[in-house]
Amino acid sequence: MLNPLFYIQAIFLALGQIWVNKTRAFLTALGIIIGVAAITAVIAALSGLKTWILDEFNTFGASKLFILHDRPDGRDRSKYPFSLIRMKISELDVLQQHCPSIEILTPITGIGGTIQAGNETMTGVAATGIWPEWHEIESRDLLQGRPISAIDEANARQVCLINDRGIERLKLDKNPTNQYILFKEKRFLIIGVVENKPDNMIQADFGAGGTDVELFMPFSTAVKMQPPVFFFLVTAQIKSPELMEEAAAEVRFALRRARNLKPGEPDTFQAFSLDEVVTQFKAMAAGITAVAGGIVGISLLVGGIGIMNIMLVSVSERTREIGLRKAVGATPAAIMMQFLLEAMTLSIIGGIIGLGIGEALAFGLTLLPDTPQLAAAAVPQWAVIMSFAFCGTVGVVFGMFPAIKAARLNPIDALRHE
Amino acid sequence: MIIRTQNLTKTYRVGVERIHALRDVDLDIEPNDFVAIMGSSGSGKSTLMNILGCLDQPTSGKYILNGRDTSGLNARELAHVRNEQIGFVFQSFELLPRMSAQKNVELPLIYAKTSWLTRRRKARKALERVGLKARVTHHPNQLSGGEKQRVAIARAILNDPAILLADEPTGNLDSATTKELMGLIKELHAEGQTIIVVTHEADVAAMCHRTIVLKDGQIDSDVRHADAVSSNGQGISPKQVGSVSGSKAEDASPC
Repeated sequence: MLNPLFYIQAIFLALGQIWVNKTRAFLTALGIIIGVAAITAVIAALSGLKTWILDEFNTFGASKLFILHDRPDGRDRSKYPFSLIRMKISELDVLQQHCPSIEILTPITGIGGTIQAGNETMTGVAATGIWPEWHEIESRDLLQGRPISAIDEANARQVCLINDRGIERLKLDKNPTNQYILFKEKRFLIIGVVENKPDNMIQADFGAGGTDVELFMPFSTAVKMQPPVFFFLVTAQIKSPELMEEAAAEVRFALRRARNLKPGEPDTFQAFSLDEVVTQFKAMAAGITAVAGGIVGISLLVGGIGIMNIMLVSVSERTREIGLRKAVGATPAAIMMQFLLEAMTLSIIGGIIGLGIGEALAFGLTLLPDTPQLAAAAVPQWAVIMSFAFCGTVGVVFGMFPAIKAARLNPIDALRHE
Repeated sequence: MIIRTQNLTKTYRVGVERIHALRDVDLDIEPNDFVAIMGSSGSGKSTLMNILGCLDQPTSGKYILNGRDTSGLNARELAHVRNEQIGFVFQSFELLPRMSAQKNVELPLIYAKTSWLTRRRKARKALERVGLKARVTHHPNQLSGGEKQRVAIARAILNDPAILLADEPTGNLDSATTKELMGLIKELHAEGQTIIVVTHEADVAAMCHRTIVLKDGQIDSDVRHADAVSSNGQGISPKQVGSVSGSKAEDASPC
């Protein structure tokens, strides 16, 4: 079609026009600027969040499998009562014996109750019953004393671990080991102190809730305090993350046999890994991106209409120029291209400024205190490319009408225009 | 013939009324002719100029420019014809204010897809030809009226057009500048350029070699006269023309 030099010429011409009408051009591009800045910042935040979650996942959850009961979809309670489908203590042996991919596992059960220590009372504390293996699976640091041992578990001893926060809230001594506290009016010997649950960690922790004071006791001790039909789940550590699917298959096979499920009958349990949590998060992030994209789409639409408006003004202001250009031989296509490139230049410059602001916002997010989740916030490359593509498209779409209007001007009328 | 029109007719519709701007105009212009087109407002001279300049199409009739029938050409083809065959000079110069003289002159070559270097060379040569060698980088607001019109002439002759079409080229110039500018146009004619000047001013028309007067969309008179001397007793002498439109010539003040 036209000489490539023509495009360069037209872009310079467009830049000249924009420079002459700086304020007007800036106000026009503001819609685009805000839209692009907003989407860039949102995408940067989400990508930071994603990076953080994947990191956390790799550190803490890559080789964990969670096993718990599951009521088949759409089935009623009477056919699958909780008493039937719940995890049973006997199944812990089944899992240990028939799942070679599982390295170690621990049941986890929660008990709500009141703690008393001296004059302090705390209600609604959730104590967690665990096996000694829990220490290895969760890798929570022990600050004082000793971990829960196999002997504690075997004898269902009335011992417990408490976390830092618990010491603080119950005004216990710095080192409370060998002291007693009351939980649900039973005496427990404090044998050790574990660190608080790191707050920047994904915890698939079904025990503690409502308060961040934590109490841990041997699983067997907890079972004695539970009603006959109670809930627990199993956290298993897989020998290596690659064996995740295999482990899940082994669990399924072992539990189906243990529960005498016939072929065709649905599973009454589930085994899931944080893999799925991450998948869910990714889906959620995609959803948020889509919603943000929609909002930004509206802002780009508004920005585009602004550009169209200003281009119409520009066409009418420069009617004589258009007439002259036509008289000296500009084809309608050349005139159209000139105004289209001007609209595109305007919106892409808006995009560049918006991108700059978005990058600055993303950088600002990384500096926010107390939000390690956003420390990795950064504008991904695809978002940069998308922004440019969007701005270019907005320029073309909304520049088209004024450009066609300019291209169709009758040169005689245009030259006579005052 | 460089220009031949046959039964050239242009009608406009104003409401329900049909207005004949041109009626069956037959006109032949030879190469290196130097023609003035005159006539009062409403005589059809603007319409004729627009059609001769390929800015407009006749309602009926034929217009053959440089051997090519222009009827039925679309907007793109007409643009090419204007670009290659016609040089325009307008009353109000029509220079783009934010471009230097050289860039203004280059404009037609941009649409002729000429390379940057050739454009620059040709534009400088054309500006030199009109005596503005020292003004190539000046912007229109730094030029006098006469200089602006010279830039416009440089732009018009840049592509070696078949015809130079000047619409009231001196309408915005004072009489001294008018003389200078007409001198330049005469020089171009002497170099072989075919020139058509649309004018109100008798003394401008008098400098041409042929004067065509339009009236009510038809050719009222067509007189050939060598160098301002009427050679035909039936024709209109410059003085007579002056009496027809002299008042308008006086009105035209330089701006």
